[in-house]
Amino acid sequence: MSDHDETTDGRTTDGLTNGDGPPTPTSYHVPGLVPSGPKLVTARFDDADGYTYDGYVRTGGYTALRRALTEMTPEQVHLEVKTSEMQGRGGAGFPAGVKWGFLPPDVFPRYIVVNGDESEPGTYKDRLLMELDPHQLIEGTVIAAYAVGAAQAFLYVRGEMALAQERIAQALNDAYANNMVGRNILGTDFSVDVTLTWGAGAYIVGEETALIESLEGERGMPRLKPPYFPAAKGLYMQPTIVNNVETLSNIPWIINEGGQSFHDIGAPSSTGMRMFAVSGHVERPGVFEVPNGITTFRMLFEAPEYCGGVRDGRSVKAFIPGGASAMWFFPEHLDMALDKPTVDQAGSMLGSGAVVVMDDTTDMVAACWRIVRFFARESCGKCTPCREGTTWLEQILKRMLDGHGRADDLATLMEVCESISPGIAWPPRQTTICPLGPSAVSPIASAVRRFRHEFEHYVEHGRPVDGIHRHAIHGTSFEGAGAHV
Amino acid sequence: MSRLTDANVAIAKEIVGRYPRPKSALIPILHLAQEQDGHVSNDAMIHIAELLGVTPAEVYGTATFYEMFKFEPVGRYCINVCTNISCQLVGAWELLEHAEHRLGVKAGGTTDDGTFTLEDVECIAACTEAPALQVNYRFRYRVTNDDFDRLVDDLAAGKLGDEFPPHGTLARVRQRTPQNWADTGRTAQAEVDAR
Repeated sequence: MSDHDETTDGRTTDGLTNGDGPPTPTSYHVPGLVPSGPKLVTARFDDADGYTYDGYVRTGGYTALRRALTEMTPEQVHLEVKTSEMQGRGGAGFPAGVKWGFLPPDVFPRYIVVNGDESEPGTYKDRLLMELDPHQLIEGTVIAAYAVGAAQAFLYVRGEMALAQERIAQALNDAYANNMVGRNILGTDFSVDVTLTWGAGAYIVGEETALIESLEGERGMPRLKPPYFPAAKGLYMQPTIVNNVETLSNIPWIINEGGQSFHDIGAPSSTGMRMFAVSGHVERPGVFEVPNGITTFRMLFEAPEYCGGVRDGRSVKAFIPGGASAMWFFPEHLDMALDKPTVDQAGSMLGSGAVVVMDDTTDMVAACWRIVRFFARESCGKCTPCREGTTWLEQILKRMLDGHGRADDLATLMEVCESISPGIAWPPRQTTICPLGPSAVSPIASAVRRFRHEFEHYVEHGRPVDGIHRHAIHGTSFEGAGAHV
Repeated sequence: MSRLTDANVAIAKEIVGRYPRPKSALIPILHLAQEQDGHVSNDAMIHIAELLGVTPAEVYGTATFYEMFKFEPVGRYCINVCTNISCQLVGAWELLEHAEHRLGVKAGGTTDDGTFTLEDVECIAACTEAPALQVNYRFRYRVTNDDFDRLVDDLAAGKLGDEFPPHGTLARVRQRTPQNWADTGRTAQAEVDAR
């Protein structure tokens, strides 16, 4: 294994997460280049014992819970979250305070489900929050349960995250022992349980109704809509709030400092701090908590405090602004701020804070294929356009890569895309129950529109255009949809 | 192989008690079975069905949806190499190719001695630390070919047992049901379900 303080060519790495040792501190403040910002959810990432009960309490942990339960009504807690205008950090960006307001009055019991099934390609933040600061998440979850009157909360952690499960299990045991969860929390009338539960390998379970199915012990297939929101009918068809890990991890700060203080950070249209993982062809990939709505992609890629430029002094060919499901961006988008309405209007999304940078040597056909293979493999098999369509798309693209592309392959690709997502527009329309199928269309629409000649070159010559790096994709071709089918 | 041991039945019952409805405990208990035997056996699934009051077909139906559950023995160490976009961009396929040569199996295969299973997997949320892999769902970051060889040597020599428990074991700490468990969810749901 590599020495993570130094990469093999001797560069010093930094960023919050480089290495499996304790993360090194990151400075945000460079006047004129990188906007400074407080650490809202990553403050304990540098503490060796930040994940322990003692380490958490020593650094101000559980003060927000005490304040909420002893000084505030549930309505007041809800109001602070509404005032913060925090957008959900799971992908859709729906304001958390508004979502909580969708619960039908007087229907009980209600539940909170914490979505810790982080698996959108490029996304790397929730696992860190669960591993490095599990008590912050538990505190946010209990406060949320108080605000919405939940009888129980379920912390659903992705199956493949053994350390996160371990840390949360220990944290819950300690939180119960210290009366922060369970019966009569902190001596008040409020009681709620938090159950650690975990998945077993299925991307689709990140979709909230599929998550609920999984939590009911079923195959993780999305439910037919309507009802559109689990807030109306969710777990056991009871009112249920499904929130992302990062969203709930922000709640203690909001209660301690006030919703308005949160709103004062970042841009009015995208409030607070937000975590972004920047991976791919940059000098120093990393996870950063940045001021939301005002930091630009260029700052993220080029500033010395963040990624320090594109690898080897090369240039950006394309980048994914918000996870594999997002439409790709290009150099002309570099000076755009990481601001939800701005990015939405430009025809993509910030999604789950997953930014993937591709330099000018990148094989766009291979990049496109790899993302499509992901969706083909993860299709749950419920809707025909997705189950069959994503598999077709994968096989056509693989055929091109293997040098067996046919003259009409590009037309067929677009035809299949059209049948999954009519109009191939953004935001996508869909012939499916959930957005997984249309997500496979995004990389194809992006790459074919911009780099059509690269696809045509593969079809004509069976190899990429000159100057493109060819990956050693070998005899592990994926055959057919459906680990899940 | 085998049904759940008495000790694991006790753990399973405690897990069931933390959900408003028993079937919600299915996936965690399937993991418990996999922890016991290294894979999920038919006998274990039949036993789990009895414990939860569902049919074996329902257990099997759920279990087969999820990639992590293995129904035949796999290696003591499952090495999962991520080849998704962020890892592909910085050499995941080259790493996987090296891994196949080093272990002498294709992705998806298990070495003859039953020590290693190699898999080509989807994004494991370590995108900034690419190329990344997991051994029994625990991470190694920015893995070079040399790193890989050393890792395999150390695992084969039994040097890394503390870091990587055998396949099937996930968290080494279990949530407990303490004295101050409120039981509010199960109580309230039971009232609704009784209507």
